[in-house]
Amino acid sequence: MSPADRPLALLNARIVDPAARLDAKGALFVRDGRIEAVVTDGDPGAVGADYETLDAAGALLIPGLVDLRAKTGEPGFETRETLRSASEAAAAGGVTTFVVQPDTDPVIDEASVVDFIRRRARDSSLVNILPAGAATQGCLGERMAEIGLMAEAGCVYVTDADRPIMNSKVMRRVLAYAKGFGMLVAHRPADPWLSEGAAATSGEFAGRMGLPSAPPEAEKIMLERDLALVEMTGARLLADQVTTACALEALERGKTRGLPVFASTSINHLTFNEIDIGDYRTFLKFDPPVRGEDDRQAVIEALASGLIDVVVSAHAPAPPEDKRLPYAEAAPGAVGLQTLLPALLAFHHDGRIPLIDLIAAMTVRPADLLGLPCGRLARGAPADLVLCDLNAPLVVDPDALKSRSRNTPFDGRRLQGVVQRTLVAGRVVFSV
Amino acid sequence: MSRDAQGLTEVLERTFPFPRRHFLSVLDLNPVEVARLLDLAEGFVALNRQVSKNLDLLKGRTLINLFFENSTRTQSSFELAAKRLGADTINMSPGGSSIAKGETLIDTAVTLNAMRPDILVIRHAASGAASLLAQKVSCSVINAGDGQHEHPTQALLDALSMRRAFGRIAGLRVAICGDILHSRVARSNVGLLQMMGAEVRLVGPPTLIPAKAERWGVQVFNDLREGIAGCDVVMMLRLQLERMDGAFAPSPREYFRFWGLDREKLGAAADHVKVMHPGPMNRGVEIDSDVADDLTVSLIQDQVEMGVAARMAILAALAARLENG
Repeated sequence: MSPADRPLALLNARIVDPAARLDAKGALFVRDGRIEAVVTDGDPGAVGADYETLDAAGALLIPGLVDLRAKTGEPGFETRETLRSASEAAAAGGVTTFVVQPDTDPVIDEASVVDFIRRRARDSSLVNILPAGAATQGCLGERMAEIGLMAEAGCVYVTDADRPIMNSKVMRRVLAYAKGFGMLVAHRPADPWLSEGAAATSGEFAGRMGLPSAPPEAEKIMLERDLALVEMTGARLLADQVTTACALEALERGKTRGLPVFASTSINHLTFNEIDIGDYRTFLKFDPPVRGEDDRQAVIEALASGLIDVVVSAHAPAPPEDKRLPYAEAAPGAVGLQTLLPALLAFHHDGRIPLIDLIAAMTVRPADLLGLPCGRLARGAPADLVLCDLNAPLVVDPDALKSRSRNTPFDGRRLQGVVQRTLVAGRVVFSV
Repeated sequence: MSRDAQGLTEVLERTFPFPRRHFLSVLDLNPVEVARLLDLAEGFVALNRQVSKNLDLLKGRTLINLFFENSTRTQSSFELAAKRLGADTINMSPGGSSIAKGETLIDTAVTLNAMRPDILVIRHAASGAASLLAQKVSCSVINAGDGQHEHPTQALLDALSMRRAFGRIAGLRVAICGDILHSRVARSNVGLLQMMGAEVRLVGPPTLIPAKAERWGVQVFNDLREGIAGCDVVMMLRLQLERMDGAFAPSPREYFRFWGLDREKLGAAADHVKVMHPGPMNRGVEIDSDVADDLTVSLIQDQVEMGVAARMAILAALAARLENG
């Protein structure tokens, strides 16, 4: 932030700040990269002459999105995505902070790699990129990684990314040890034996299509184990992408009993069901696999009720050579940073979930999980902001994506909600 | 055409342009098309039994057999069918182990496509491989088995065998028995037989029945005798031996005891029952030789003969479409 930056007045916006349960017309003032004031009761008064002013013309003004789960290819797989290219996609999608997963090459399992990500992000990224550290060395699920040193270096939570930690003893120790550093542990609930080799969810569709599949119960079984270990250790756990009705039941029991457990789900599992695979569309191959419609509806309900705390993009770039394969052999994952906001706004436009709750799941709730000051429009908070035309239509065009990989399941989908401008620390990083 | 190709005119009259470029799944077909293909295949059965079998319906056409999985029966059946129709054929069996399979599939397909073949016949271990290939090439693609998904030409030849044995398919009660979970033959047969009005049952141990199979519109049985009771056709499936090593069934002998077809268990079926098997058989595992070799009940040899005729019908129909541009 150079001192030359002028303060900014965003006038005539529809300001939605879930942290303050605020949804009102008003103005927002930015100075020195931070929010100076939010004025929603009447006339903001005369704007000082030193302010740059911007008339939002009634557009939606919300905190920049905080995405707890994204992958780039850096380091190790830069042809898929770099921190820079992912940050461009994020900026265009209104995501101002995202957390990268540790399963890179080398794995983010020691302080020096955490430091590398932070420095590279500082030097090349348009938005805030925060590293998650590996819970175990090499994400192999065997020996604990240096959780304390990585915490000092600035990792925001620990996880083995897509890999479940099979060994319950290891998981118990990771939870207990991380708790000592106040570190959140994210863990993929998936029984590794039941889900081994699975490309789809067991059921009529996978059976007919002849796809190797895992039952939804694979998720529930591992989540139940994790809940027992959370109860034993008292550590904070983020269940990484809960996608099935049966696992949600387990989650609800855990939350009802007051366990410090939180859950995310991905925009893909909120949007698609297994029928969308159609004629083996590999862009619909995710990990966890795309579920049946009953599960999707349960996930939407859980988001509406707050049982699911956060929505993630699960951004996972994959180049054509990894996707243009028979379904079972194709790489899982989809890019999502740029489409997260409009895809989630579909639930507002459909009347399923109130706008303010949707935005909470992408802003204040993930920020609070990590203890970040962003994700809200409070005075003094970082001026990470998104201006969005809530009702403007768009057709998702893979060629218009900023990501180096174009594997989007939203290809050709009609959505509503166009990001007009994204600011990080008061600076415009994207504008249409 | 030479004097000994009797019935040729009739066959030519039955040939019709196939309404699609590819032959990938039985679900792409409708009952009228199936009936026409079966009629056409009947004509080829007669021609195949004559001394001179050479026709020129596919003269100048090139067919490539692209088999990523080993197969003697299906590959030679396609080769023979194409040659009898006058096509030039080559067989390719890219070894699976040295190169990553998926890469080989698309790369090979694009390379072969550049050589301008007319028809590509593909077998691959991954479900959906034939469909993926069809999206990448400009020639016709025939699915000769994609993973655990479909084997539509097998279903057509099975339907032909049944129609010849019973004079109809509608109303037949057919039990498909064994490893349903991994079987593309089962999936294609369920689709085609239901379309043609047969009553289909699936029989096998619970570990080898796909989840929610009862929603395919079939009845599911775990007991073989119960499952084949009153059936007109009992279709046994091949069970790969490595799947009986405690993985899906405890042992071959236990499997045979409960799900192997022998004379005694076959007694539960209808008196006029016919036994089928897509081959190759594991004798003494899923089927007793006593049953398999009894020509009064076994259609297994018949199926092989019908395989060539059914594939000739498909090739002729696809070629007729090519004629029309």
